[in-house]
Amino acid sequence: MAERVHKQKQTSDRTAEMGAEAGATTEHGDKLRAELDDLLDEIDDVLESNAEDFVKSYIQKGGE
Amino acid sequence: MAIPKVCGIETEYGILVRGGESNPVVASSVLINAYVNDRSRRVDWDFEDETPGVDARGFSYEDALAPEVESHLVNAVLTNGARYYVDHAHPEISTPECSDALQALVYDRSAEEIVRLSMALAAPLLPDGAELLVHKNNSDGKGNSYGCHENFLVARETPFGRLVAEITPHFVTRQIFCGAGKVGCEAPGFSSTEVPFQISQRADFFEEEVGLETTLKRPIVNTRDEPHCDPQKYRRLHVIVGDANMSEGATLLKLGTTSIVLSMIEDGFVGSDLALAHPVPAIRQISHDPTLRRTVLMQSGSRMSALDIQWSLFERATRYADERGLASVGDQVGRLVLALWEEVLTGLAGDRTSVADIVDWVAKERLLTAYAQRHSIPAGDARLRAIDLQYHDMRPGKGLSAKVGLRTFVSAEDVSRGIERAPETTRAYFRGECLRRWPDDIVAANWDSMVFDVGRDPLRRIPMMEPLRGTKAHVGELLESSTSIADLVDRLGA
Repeated sequence: MAERVHKQKQTSDRTAEMGAEAGATTEHGDKLRAELDDLLDEIDDVLESNAEDFVKSYIQKGGE
Repeated sequence: MAIPKVCGIETEYGILVRGGESNPVVASSVLINAYVNDRSRRVDWDFEDETPGVDARGFSYEDALAPEVESHLVNAVLTNGARYYVDHAHPEISTPECSDALQALVYDRSAEEIVRLSMALAAPLLPDGAELLVHKNNSDGKGNSYGCHENFLVARETPFGRLVAEITPHFVTRQIFCGAGKVGCEAPGFSSTEVPFQISQRADFFEEEVGLETTLKRPIVNTRDEPHCDPQKYRRLHVIVGDANMSEGATLLKLGTTSIVLSMIEDGFVGSDLALAHPVPAIRQISHDPTLRRTVLMQSGSRMSALDIQWSLFERATRYADERGLASVGDQVGRLVLALWEEVLTGLAGDRTSVADIVDWVAKERLLTAYAQRHSIPAGDARLRAIDLQYHDMRPGKGLSAKVGLRTFVSAEDVSRGIERAPETTRAYFRGECLRRWPDDIVAANWDSMVFDVGRDPLRRIPMMEPLRGTKAHVGELLESSTSIADLVDRLGA
């Protein structure tokens, strides 16, 4: 039981540390969000044109 | 003392010919032959010592099982020490033996580049209008799965029963950071309406806790006892429970955390208190819950989430590193893995977006959610499945995983070098360098031996039973100064 309490304390310490690093995390998050937006803009050019047929035709044999 | 965690990764790729006859065995052969024929003289794999039917629990199925490998199909050894072959109906690459998880990541990436080179070389050989598609995934979404297996060197003296018991909690829960994500569900009794998206590609296919099978009734812990090295000293733990990852960070964590946990097991540092009451349902329940809130029943009667179990393993690993060191996994690599492990668990517990550059399923889920929102697409739409498939697409410019901002951990130079050259720190160096220097004099090679034609009878088989002998430090000078394969064999005293 003592170990459990200790662990929970560690977890809350970690949350506090995360708070301190929030600035960096937001910047990192902004970058990822911008990349995702860019990808959404171009994805229809990249994506298989007939998704329904493509997904239907994608059949593999079991392996290993 | 934990022994060095020599490791490697073997990946079966999905394959499809569009606009032509799609026989996957033929397509795989065309792909691999295009590459092998483009390189120096082809050297075939040697099946002399293959015994996939031997069970780690102490019995043999040699007579009961069909041969694991169709030996008439293309099966080559590459100068980087890898094996490139047709396995069933898939192209497969096994990386060479690597001395740590980061090196294995380099060779997994090199293997991807070998596949891309193969696709380019095979394209002109296809009928007009046909296109070869290759995916680094594990399921076709229709109930057919193919594997991405890891291999780890473990000490024979560690009782196998304890190894199984203590590694199972890690194998069931590590998917929260190394799951590749999947649209829909293929587990019997579940519909894709109930499970529109899940963490793992593979979790739906596991039906047993432990066993020898790999193609049906797949077990969480595979018992194939085929060490490919000194069987008195070692086992090769053959891990079939993982997903193929597109994210370098996920591959590094998959291999790195498992190496550390296996070392801890060898040193008696894990204990039995994390044993799950029902591991087979648990692996699916965890996969089917991307909120990560679900708890599973432990043998102790308590309930824990996958994150709880991973935090507990991580804390033990940190203590292990402090008390015993991380020499068995490589000190620097071990520290890198521990830092990344903590980062990813913290991110999964808090701001999920912060680990979207490491965790494949998080990256994939973000992409699916954003695309569905922008186009007001309902769950179950074929476009979402197409995005899932295309996340794993190996065509340059088409693979979506290359466009979601995944973090890199290895340099382009190292990946490029790994296409031709073997790791310098394992026996793969001896295999690869002999192939590179004297391809015409090598009759066959496999993991633990090579057969040389020294120009006079008989052919000479050189055993390589120690995975950490035959390194550059051991034989680099010898290879450099040998004038021929006969000279080399003479000087080896064989």
